[in-house]
Amino acid sequence: MHPIRKKRLTIVLFLLAGIGVAVALTTYALRQNINLFYDPSQIAAGDVPQDVRIRAGGMVEEGSVIRDPDSLKVEFRVTDFNSSVPVEYNGILPDLFAEGQGVVAMGKLNGQGRFVADQVLAKHDENYMPPEVADALEKASKGQHKAGETAQPQSY
Amino acid sequence: MAFDSLSAFIAMEGHGPYVWTCYGVFFLLLAGLMVWSRHRRSVMMEACRRNYERQDQGQQRAAKPAATFTRVEVSQD
Amino acid sequence: MWQLFHKLGSPKWFYGIATRLMPWLLVGGALLLLAGIVWGLAFAPKDYLQGNSYRIIFIHVPTAFLAQSVYIMMAVAAVVTLVWRMKLADVFVKAVAPVGLVLTFLALFTGAVWGKPTWGTWWIWDARLTSMLILLFLYGGVIALDRAINDEKSAARAVAVLVLVGVVNIPIIKYSVEWWNTLHQPATFKLTEKPSMPAEMWVPLLLSVLGLYLIFGWLACLRMQTEIIAREQRTRWVKDLVMAGRH
Repeated sequence: MHPIRKKRLTIVLFLLAGIGVAVALTTYALRQNINLFYDPSQIAAGDVPQDVRIRAGGMVEEGSVIRDPDSLKVEFRVTDFNSSVPVEYNGILPDLFAEGQGVVAMGKLNGQGRFVADQVLAKHDENYMPPEVADALEKASKGQHKAGETAQPQSY
Repeated sequence: MAFDSLSAFIAMEGHGPYVWTCYGVFFLLLAGLMVWSRHRRSVMMEACRRNYERQDQGQQRAAKPAATFTRVEVSQD
Repeated sequence: MWQLFHKLGSPKWFYGIATRLMPWLLVGGALLLLAGIVWGLAFAPKDYLQGNSYRIIFIHVPTAFLAQSVYIMMAVAAVVTLVWRMKLADVFVKAVAPVGLVLTFLALFTGAVWGKPTWGTWWIWDARLTSMLILLFLYGGVIALDRAINDEKSAARAVAVLVLVGVVNIPIIKYSVEWWNTLHQPATFKLTEKPSMPAEMWVPLLLSVLGLYLIFGWLACLRMQTEIIAREQRTRWVKDLVMAGRH
């Protein structure tokens, strides 16, 4: 390669490396701000300020949803399967909201460790499938569950 | 076919407005970009042709340098 | 190898190749894109969770994917511009930047319209959406910078540097959903794994991605031809070409 071109190529590569390092350091330093929400584990560990508007995200715990029959008020627990946080919300939930589904709630953590949300968004995963397949999968997993229960009762 | 009827296809179980808005804007912008890009090339060719004809007629108007021609005289919008 | 490189650098040679390629790109692209979209809209099964709103994926993923790959192509062309000073590389960057802008806008727009029924919001400042918005501004910046500088050579270098500076945003877009907590879900398609959707969903999606790629190729050829005519108008071959087309 021509020496001038070699020099130019080196400059370009240094430019790219420099910017890459700068951006990597910046995003690393700002990672908590870039994260959209806190995990329940972080909230349980006390990493989260009280009475400041934050977002909490995770899965809606199975069997935890309690709907108030007279109003839009709803209570549920958000979990990351290590710890969970109780959430209360007064408003319309997105269509995709369901037990076992992901949510991101915006609101404040009060003194009792309850998360008072003013907005709840649904978060879905990257898996897409037809309804029939989903049903079949669910049946299969239930069947497996039963089989597992009958097969190893001694282990409990 | 995933739908029983044309009306079910349009309605998409209530998600119709969202789906059709997306597809409408997509086709509008894509077709617009394609037509506009074609139009720009023919405008450019036409401008060049007129320029050549003027030069060939021997009118001693100083030809402008090629680089500034596109930037100043032909709208890129 | 070097001969091909030099040929590629010749605007005249490229113009001829582009003219021959373009009908194929247009017809192939339109057929694939329409096939993918009709299949995706009318024949693919609905999603168990999102129902029919997921059908937006058949244009959301192609536009988002193209928006990023166009930027990567522009970055490669920018390196060629800076190191080898090849004119065609600069022509490419200027010709496709507006296409990238439209594709990025479409990805953001379809994403917003999809987000409303699924997430419950049009917009959220999570890492994926924000980095995609930055990509939109980068395309806008490239176009604006090119127009702001009158001298062709200075414009080429300034634009190339801006494109290269912006390329760090591409891995951020791609990995944002893995590095940080986002509302946007991780990628359905990964190079190393099977896609997390059945074939009757990913085959039409693949068709529309390929179709849009070909349409992009057609647009790039057409717009590069326009830029070549503008720049090379004082050469004999452009004069012959322009005058031959008019009788």
